[in-house]
Amino acid sequence: MAKVLVVTSGKGGVGKTTSTAALGATLAQRGEKVVVVDFDVGLRNLDLILGAERRVVFDFINVVQGIANLSQALIRDKRVENLWLLPASQTRDKDALTDEGVAKVIGELRTRFDWIICDSPAGIERGAMLAMRYADEAVIVTNPEISSVRDSDRIIGMLDSKTVKAERGERVEKHLLITRFDTARAARGEMLSIEDILDILATPLLGIIPESQDVLRASNVGSPVTLNDAASAPARAYIDAARRLTGETVEMMVPSARKGLMDRLLGRRAA
Amino acid sequence: MALPRLFSARSASAPVARERLQILLAHERGLRGQPDLLELLRAEILAVVSRHVALDPEKVVVKMERGNHVSTLEVDIELPNIAERWSRAAS
Repeated sequence: MAKVLVVTSGKGGVGKTTSTAALGATLAQRGEKVVVVDFDVGLRNLDLILGAERRVVFDFINVVQGIANLSQALIRDKRVENLWLLPASQTRDKDALTDEGVAKVIGELRTRFDWIICDSPAGIERGAMLAMRYADEAVIVTNPEISSVRDSDRIIGMLDSKTVKAERGERVEKHLLITRFDTARAARGEMLSIEDILDILATPLLGIIPESQDVLRASNVGSPVTLNDAASAPARAYIDAARRLTGETVEMMVPSARKGLMDRLLGRRAA
Repeated sequence: MALPRLFSARSASAPVARERLQILLAHERGLRGQPDLLELLRAEILAVVSRHVALDPEKVVVKMERGNHVSTLEVDIELPNIAERWSRAAS
């Protein structure tokens, strides 16, 4: 059965789009049929991260408005067979995305894909609400930094009250993805630890993505970090996270470029 | 040996961050429940009054104001032409 997964955070710049691309590409490589949907109307970026910016002809809003059908708007990834993109519109009219329109498109995507991954815009306005509205599961992307943790708490509250599932009295299954984590700084008490964040947000941990230059390098060339260098530390962390999403049990650790004592220590503490 | 300790004492700001977050979020989570409480109060007040007087559900307004020491609950119910109906019944 198809799963609708929203990647959300409240705060901007924490890694939602990077995570959407990396998780989507990994799930697709593992044989799942995946579509990643950009909900950031007016500020689309998922196409850039996936290196598909020059292939966008029709977009999400064109489909909602009936100007194009879904098959015309979906872009197939050139590297991974089972990965598709539904790009956002660059229109400035954010109201063009309606609740009914989103419901219809998500409903149609459910019949075609195993995973529908919704890349939420930042904030708690209409776009973010619509991105989470029909979700079965949610990945909350959080940086080990106070404003990001606070916004994640707010978003968790919304997932528990404003989604269709919540309104039916069901639960959206939530997963916490901590990104830009620096093991050494956390160990020195300069950065919130994994335990601190889990304690405060009380949400199951999906993965820990280390701070890494590989992320920027991958986005520069328009490739999900997991495809650009699958052996890099963030790629390995994303691959583990994607496996956990499919129900596999994978030991929790922070991959590192250099395997040191610190990682072993932290890996054990975070498990 | 003394050097790492000196270093960590100077830069261990994470506990401060954790404490600030815990205090802030306890407060914000409390506020989050508030609109639901008001909606519940509104629905129950509406039900009670409706048992005795016909009224427009839109005309029941419940507001809460939070102060430092006391909070106040304001209930504003508009009853349609009730005086008129009573005077008609009396004549």
